[in-house]
Amino acid sequence: MLIGLVSTLVFAALLWVTVVNTPGWARVQQTFFSPEAAWEALPRVWDGFLLNLRVLFFAVVGVLVVSVIIAGIRTLRGPVFFPLRALAAGYTDLFRGMPLIITLYLVGYGIPGLLGSSAPRIPLEVLGTVALILTYSAYVSEVFRAGIEAVHPSQRLAARALGLSHGASLRLVVMPQAVRKVTPALMNDFVAMQKDVGLISVLGAVDAVRAAQIETSHAFNYTPYVLAGLLFVLLALPMIRFTDWYTARLRAREQIGGIV
Amino acid sequence: MSDPVLRLQNIHKSFGDAHVLRGIDLSVNAHEVVALIGASGSGKSTLLRTINLLERIDDGQIWLRDMDVSDPAVKPDAVRARIGVVFQHYNLFPHMSVLDNVTLASRHVLRIERSVAEARGLELLDRIGLADQARAFPDRLSGGQQQRAAIVRAIATNPELLLLDEITSALDPELVTEVLDLVRELAVEGTTIVMATHEMAFARDVADTVVFLDRGVVAEQGTPAQVFGSPREARTREFLGRFLA
Repeated sequence: MLIGLVSTLVFAALLWVTVVNTPGWARVQQTFFSPEAAWEALPRVWDGFLLNLRVLFFAVVGVLVVSVIIAGIRTLRGPVFFPLRALAAGYTDLFRGMPLIITLYLVGYGIPGLLGSSAPRIPLEVLGTVALILTYSAYVSEVFRAGIEAVHPSQRLAARALGLSHGASLRLVVMPQAVRKVTPALMNDFVAMQKDVGLISVLGAVDAVRAAQIETSHAFNYTPYVLAGLLFVLLALPMIRFTDWYTARLRAREQIGGIV
Repeated sequence: MSDPVLRLQNIHKSFGDAHVLRGIDLSVNAHEVVALIGASGSGKSTLLRTINLLERIDDGQIWLRDMDVSDPAVKPDAVRARIGVVFQHYNLFPHMSVLDNVTLASRHVLRIERSVAEARGLELLDRIGLADQARAFPDRLSGGQQQRAAIVRAIATNPELLLLDEITSALDPELVTEVLDLVRELAVEGTTIVMATHEMAFARDVADTVVFLDRGVVAEQGTPAQVFGSPREARTREFLGRFLA
């Protein structure tokens, strides 16, 4: 314990001394870590950050709904459902391969284009949210599917033997166990999405990143970017801690992945 | 002893090239206990699965009371709701409390109100001495307790027929008795049971009819005294001889 503490302090001190003694440190400190610039930019970056939070909220809800549906479709059995399965598989292939930024452009400029110039204007953040949902649902549905397939078939069998329908078995027996199995992977995807929410700025939506960009160009100082970055890190930390805590609690309460 | 609960006629089932069931006929009356015995791979488990439509038969007919449940137009879920099944590996749901396991079918298949279903569930758990574990998760229970909970889950909806698929095969020897005692109680109360088992002494003691399956056909069938005491078929004698040796 003590050794760990001392070693950490020594390591941090060494790192600090190294960085501070680099030739360009004074300039970097001025242009990236200026307290005055940070303070000045804070209100607008914060307002932008609140937009990120709203987008994140709707994106998380949307991703959960869409990905569960896609995962459910991909686990349907029987030749009747082949077209649906193929469609779902094509969707996950396409959007896992497509860079998010291209999806953002295609949705952000393509959908308003399709609707024509007479249609009411859709807010940029809404289009950005749609693009995020499209991309992340492709990833998250694969995580759900892996979870569903990791639940032993005998569980589904026991559920069906009780007279539960396919849907009820999935909802009451398979999905709850699947979600527990993949919670860490799932949370990881949501942490990733949390910061990709900042990419909606490429469409022009004034989120934290865009606000930082505007502030930066005003003052020729990059501190607002650091500020925005810090806000995203602060947002992610509780989620990361929550993931660890939740996983540990589940493991304590019941055996995960034991033989059923 | 008229009024059969279950009637199987000429049941055939293949998996690929393996012809597992080759024309099984069987009739089970109300309150009757039928023990299916036979070597591994003789078709016991497959036969049980075809009865509650977890496997579709290739040919033949299955009658539950006066309903041909092998008719493709019949909804399997409705049939399964009338039949209780207990598996070798218990298959309790690990993410639910014992009580939720027991009441799941009552709540979501029979649509009984939770409070009513739980009252009945607690009554059943109390009967097997597990009322104090009702809120515990299944992995806190011993194998014998889990299997007894699984039996209670299967009978919570008062099924017309109870299927037991080698329910003691995965248990430690010292836990077998508590499970078999519960089955014996159910049999005495008049539950209609079809069980696949390797417990010959138990089958002899509790079953009304013993059915010896060999390579997918009923090789011999009779009272326990007949089948165990004076088997007619050479292969029955050979099979039982391996158990007594």
